Amino acid sequence: MSFPIEPEPGDQRVVSQRVVRDDTKFTSGKLAFFQYLAVAVFLFLISGFWNLQVRNPELYSEQAERNRIKSLPVLAPRGKILDRDGRVIVDNHASISLILSRENLKEQHLHTIATGLNLDYSRLVTRLAQFSSRPKYVPIIIKHELTPAELSFVEAHRDPESLPEMELIRAQRRLYPQNGVAAHVIGYVGEVSETELNSPEFIKYDQGNVVGKAGIERQYNDVLIGVDGQRQVVVNNRGREMQVLGFKEAIPGKNLQLTLDLDLQVVAELGMEGRKGAVVALDPRNGEVLAMVSTPAYDPNKFASRIRAEDWRELVNNPDIPLLNRAIQAQLAPGSTFKPLVALAGLETGTIDDNFKIYCRGGASFYGRYFKCWVKGGHGTVELHKGLVQSCDVFFYNVGNRVGIDQLAHYAQEAGFGKKTGIDLPHEAEGVVPSSEWKMKNFRQKWYAGETISVAIGQGALTVTPLQLAYAMGGLAVGGVWYRPHLVRDPDRNDPPRIAKIDPANAAKVVSGMYGVVNEGGTGVRARLPGISVCGKTGSAQLASNELLKAGKLGQNMKDNAWFVGFAPCESPEIVVAALYENAEHGYLAAPIVRDVIKAYFDKKARATRSQMLAELKRAAPQLGPAPPTP
Amino acid sequence: MAKYRSVRDLDWPLLVTTLVICALGILQIYSATRGTRWDDAWWRQALWVVAGFIVLWIASTIDYHTLVGHAFVFYLLSLGLLVLVLLVGKQVFGSRRWIGYGSFHLQVSEFVKIVLILLIARYMTELKSDRLEASDLWKLAGLVLVPMLLVMRQPDLGTALTYLPILGAGVLFAGLRWRYLVVIALVVALVLPLSWHFLKDYQKARLESFLDPSQDPQGSGYQVIQSKIAAGSGGMWGKGVTRGSQTQLQFLPVPHTDFIFSAFAEEHGFVGVVVMLGLYFVLLMQMVQNAQTAPDRAGLYVCMGVCALLLFHILVNIGMVVGRMPVTGIPLPLMSYGGSNILSFFLMLGLVNNVRLWRFVT
Repeated sequence: MSFPIEPEPGDQRVVSQRVVRDDTKFTSGKLAFFQYLAVAVFLFLISGFWNLQVRNPELYSEQAERNRIKSLPVLAPRGKILDRDGRVIVDNHASISLILSRENLKEQHLHTIATGLNLDYSRLVTRLAQFSSRPKYVPIIIKHELTPAELSFVEAHRDPESLPEMELIRAQRRLYPQNGVAAHVIGYVGEVSETELNSPEFIKYDQGNVVGKAGIERQYNDVLIGVDGQRQVVVNNRGREMQVLGFKEAIPGKNLQLTLDLDLQVVAELGMEGRKGAVVALDPRNGEVLAMVSTPAYDPNKFASRIRAEDWRELVNNPDIPLLNRAIQAQLAPGSTFKPLVALAGLETGTIDDNFKIYCRGGASFYGRYFKCWVKGGHGTVELHKGLVQSCDVFFYNVGNRVGIDQLAHYAQEAGFGKKTGIDLPHEAEGVVPSSEWKMKNFRQKWYAGETISVAIGQGALTVTPLQLAYAMGGLAVGGVWYRPHLVRDPDRNDPPRIAKIDPANAAKVVSGMYGVVNEGGTGVRARLPGISVCGKTGSAQLASNELLKAGKLGQNMKDNAWFVGFAPCESPEIVVAALYENAEHGYLAAPIVRDVIKAYFDKKARATRSQMLAELKRAAPQLGPAPPTP
Repeated sequence: MAKYRSVRDLDWPLLVTTLVICALGILQIYSATRGTRWDDAWWRQALWVVAGFIVLWIASTIDYHTLVGHAFVFYLLSLGLLVLVLLVGKQVFGSRRWIGYGSFHLQVSEFVKIVLILLIARYMTELKSDRLEASDLWKLAGLVLVPMLLVMRQPDLGTALTYLPILGAGVLFAGLRWRYLVVIALVVALVLPLSWHFLKDYQKARLESFLDPSQDPQGSGYQVIQSKIAAGSGGMWGKGVTRGSQTQLQFLPVPHTDFIFSAFAEEHGFVGVVVMLGLYFVLLMQMVQNAQTAPDRAGLYVCMGVCALLLFHILVNIGMVVGRMPVTGIPLPLMSYGGSNILSFFLMLGLVNNVRLWRFVT
């Protein structure tokens, strides 16, 4: 090989080795050793990368994805609940909730988290335990409606070194009317409980879902609830969102328009203020519930997040049972409000007619027992009309006795007593309509004719709910047509009414009597309204015998319940209202409550008519005005 | 200018390899610091590399025999500077490592490496025998231990440990009796468990998490886990420059300094890793070749000191990236961001070239 002008490096090495050989030769073996060492080090490193990058790249890719991608729920707001005019009864308000991602949760962080968020540590641990069956990637909400102080606590601890398991999300929280207005109708929402999850009604929900627990919220939960969405975001190591990868929008729940009229509702609420009982107003022409009140009420806002234990205890242990919706769940003797149906039964069975008269001496004996009339001196000669107007007990003892328990029961059931009306609310009560069959079935005993006498004036085993009373009388008032009561407005509603074969003439006679109750100096004069023909019937139902009351052995709780059921106008009823005023002592005290609701209904109707007329006048005005001057 | 030297005689394969490694390093720094408060680091690094080549040039012009001859003066000077660092050094993250004025700070411990390389070369050239005696070992150990202890006081265990391979290379090439080797191994085996008590808490945590990263996934083990995720998720071909999620979203700790190779592995994949390690291997082998052709023992010890130090850095830093070495916080030569790191290694490369330029001179 010839040397070029610029020698190759390899050639130079040969030369140099010769020059310095003597001094550095001793190291050549060690240099080789070092080279092998270097090769070993590089193989060691490369095998490390081989393991990571070639053998298990999927494993680490997945971890890298999980590192940077967070899936956060987007909570769907529940639908609003509106009254019949579109006014909002139940709204939502924006708030911030805290979710805990359990994938990288560290047990020892829980104490700090509980302290920072003002949560009870042991309850937080219990809550986590409840979710243990859910997959780890499902985050759980541990706190709603964070205060500014709690928010800044979260913001200050988002870095990976402190508490990265905390994440904030927006949430729409329920906002219910103040003072418990319409509380029982609307109900409330809450987190689905473990027992509920096992019931078929809630089977499709998961731990942590907020569902309707009572009232409309529960009945129409499927409509109101909406579908939660999801957001997949890329986050950096401080938990900051850098990019949105995927967004499944939440489908908000649908708004629900009720048949309830807030104006009437408020009037009814005011009428029951400080009293115990219920008011139900229906439109007998279609079954729409215009107002429904039960007192005492509760504040549903306390349920909006998780109710405090002490609040719950107070509600449950309250002797007045505020959680009970008396309008559909109180089953009480209807007292004299049952008499129109007894009269109807008498007329329909032909037991009595226009000429049927009895003489009331203030009481009468039946089957060896003396039954008193509520007027000590007696009513004298009483026929059907007077019997209803004066609510003469003796008259109805006689009618009931002649009609017999099974016919009474038949007409009571025909009017809707003894079974659920089918209103769209959960847990409606049935009431009891006693009959010989009923007694045999429940007590294995024969019916005694003497028992019929009490039932004829709405006492004995007979119990009804305020809703049933309004429903029964409303149907009777329109001539025997019963529309199922309902709370949600649906233009496509197709629910044919139940029509009973009742002679319209007989119904008219009963209605005429009920007109007299209010307008002819009867027991319901307090329900009278000028310009509006109000019909009605009072009732005062005993809870205990008068002897016991006089002996002073029982307290206020045993005072008579006052009832009033009324409708207007008499000839073509548009509204029927039943009011129950518990322990009022006097039956007539319930009448003004009904009167105010009926008055509010017609006042509103008049206002609407007037403004409509004014609007029409305005439209017509240009033609009516003076002709424009011609130039 | 001396007549023995011309630009043509420089080790061009070594310089080109160095330039390629630095360029890829700058690209990686750019990619890893985009959108962070370090986003001008790549530019600064480029300036350091330019400065490094100037330093390399200067270091290759001064006769290394002169440098080796004054090694003890440099040694005393660097001890003084290390003491000064402990007294008036700039404190960052709880340790005093930097000394300087205004915005210009140097990490003295980085340059002490060069001084130790020169010192050991000097000591070994003056050996009369073919083997090291026990007294030589004691002296050498003492000479290295003093700066090591000073650096550990900063505290900077990682840099202090880098002084050991320099000593190790010297001892290896000078020759050692087998029984001394056994004694050293025994002493190390005894001292290691004892030294546990002298470690700082964070150092213990690092070692513990090295042994089992999953014990502490959010603390010290976090870095190792995130580094392995970054490298592993890069796969065969990598995610592309500026496309590595671990790097870009800052899951990877310090992706422009200690964990730069992790960021590189994520964005360039296994192929990129092999290429990069190949470049480092070429660099090492060029140095070994320069050692082989060195005109005298001093030149050989200088080249192999640099070579051993470089190999140690690569092993510890990249081993840490793949989770096969504990987190020590020592930078990757030529790639990691940092002026002192770049300048000290360019100085060493200058020395290697210096030795090369003397190969024809007898």
